[in-house]
Amino acid sequence: MLDDFFVRALAAGIGLALVASTAGCFVVWRRLSYFGETIAHSALLGVALAILLNLHLTIGIFATALAVVGLMYFLERRDTLPTDALLGLLAHGGIALGIVILSFFPNMRVDLHALLFGDILAVTRTDLAVIWVGGAAALGVLWWNWRALLAATVSADLAAVARLRPERARLVFGILVAAIIAASIKIVGVLLIVALMVIPAATARRFATSPEIMAVGAAAVGILAVLGGLFGSMSWDTPSGPSIVVTALALFAVVRFFPFAPGERKR
Amino acid sequence: MTVGNVQPDVSAPLVEARNIGVLRDERWIFRHLDLKVDRGKLVFLIGANGAGKSTCAKAVLGLVEIDEGTIRRSPSLEIGYVPQRLAVSPTMPLSLRRLITITDRFPARDIEAALEAVGLARLGDPPITTLSGGEFQRLLLARALLQRPDLLVLDEPGQGIDVAGSDVLQNLIGDIRHELGCGVLLISHDIKRAMDTGDDVFVLVPHEQDDLAASLAEGGGEPPDTAART
Repeated sequence: MLDDFFVRALAAGIGLALVASTAGCFVVWRRLSYFGETIAHSALLGVALAILLNLHLTIGIFATALAVVGLMYFLERRDTLPTDALLGLLAHGGIALGIVILSFFPNMRVDLHALLFGDILAVTRTDLAVIWVGGAAALGVLWWNWRALLAATVSADLAAVARLRPERARLVFGILVAAIIAASIKIVGVLLIVALMVIPAATARRFATSPEIMAVGAAAVGILAVLGGLFGSMSWDTPSGPSIVVTALALFAVVRFFPFAPGERKR
Repeated sequence: MTVGNVQPDVSAPLVEARNIGVLRDERWIFRHLDLKVDRGKLVFLIGANGAGKSTCAKAVLGLVEIDEGTIRRSPSLEIGYVPQRLAVSPTMPLSLRRLITITDRFPARDIEAALEAVGLARLGDPPITTLSGGEFQRLLLARALLQRPDLLVLDEPGQGIDVAGSDVLQNLIGDIRHELGCGVLLISHDIKRAMDTGDDVFVLVPHEQDDLAASLAEGGGEPPDTAART
């Protein structure tokens, strides 16, 4: 069954949506979407470094993403620049540096288009294993740190008084986002991965009455988007990654303008 | 700077700060403050806006590092904290009862009792975005009570609430101290109430106005056990 590229694409997409959309709730709650963008953009530098040092692409991307997370924490405390300016600096500095480094390897053909928009139909069995094993691990980390993450999001002070170590939770989540993005570049690409984190969460917010319901709802919306996007891309021969995002956007629009929303009407 | 624990002793203060100060960007936010909270006592920390009251509360809680002086906390001190404000992002769907268990799990019976104590039991489970300022403060108080604190720290609990609501809250806090037998540290700028109801009153003034502190301590009437920084 897994011999079929379309089945592999479905399995990869569903696995990815489960993790990315659940973690995406925290991206929305903590206003981290631009932080996610920055990590995603740094992937280009990661690819360049992987080629330079002869590493596996995903490892290069993950290492660079981790470095960006670390740099952000360091600069945020020490620098007077506001966070959004710092993120802009890192995001676009990373892209530019990556492209310049790649230009030193004229013989190395890098498929920029696949890097930017992903190529879910080219997913291999190894990729699938990485996504599902890594995804299960990521969901496990979320599960075990749920209370600390949630408390730190509501109030770092209350979490600290309750000995939940909010700074640690913050770092764990940064690493988690780096890992999710590194694993999913191949599937939805640098430019669209954050959409898969943010749009399902924003859609689920409309009908959610608790953080847990929102997380499960976001995962469901993410999976629906993958299914709709992949079948749509097959029917109309559209690019798969963008089709998934367009489907997510359509779901958001439907839920947003749907007249009844229990999350807001209640009481 | 040392932060140490004292030996177990019922009569020892829950928390005792000596000559503490917090420095930020080469400016003292506050300095030379002594403060002590004993079990069963209602202690006020008063000061003008900008005198560093909230920072001082956070220093006592251990959320902010002090740059001089010492803080001793009694061993295994359980603290309940009611912050001045809580800016919860509206993107997070939180109901009244879900917010109560945000840091710890509690038995349903205890939650009901705590909500009953602060007068929120009949409200049901509405989204927190629909609560008034006073209701939200009482919700945070209920959450802190469930922690069974030895020390309850409240940062300007009357802020943004009308006078009637503020009185209800203040009476509630007075009662709670007797029921739980905990010490209460109340951050406030209401000097009159502090003098009337507090067992101890500590005054915090902006660092530049040391002389004012001295005159306030001497001329500010003689409430029971008034202590002020020197």
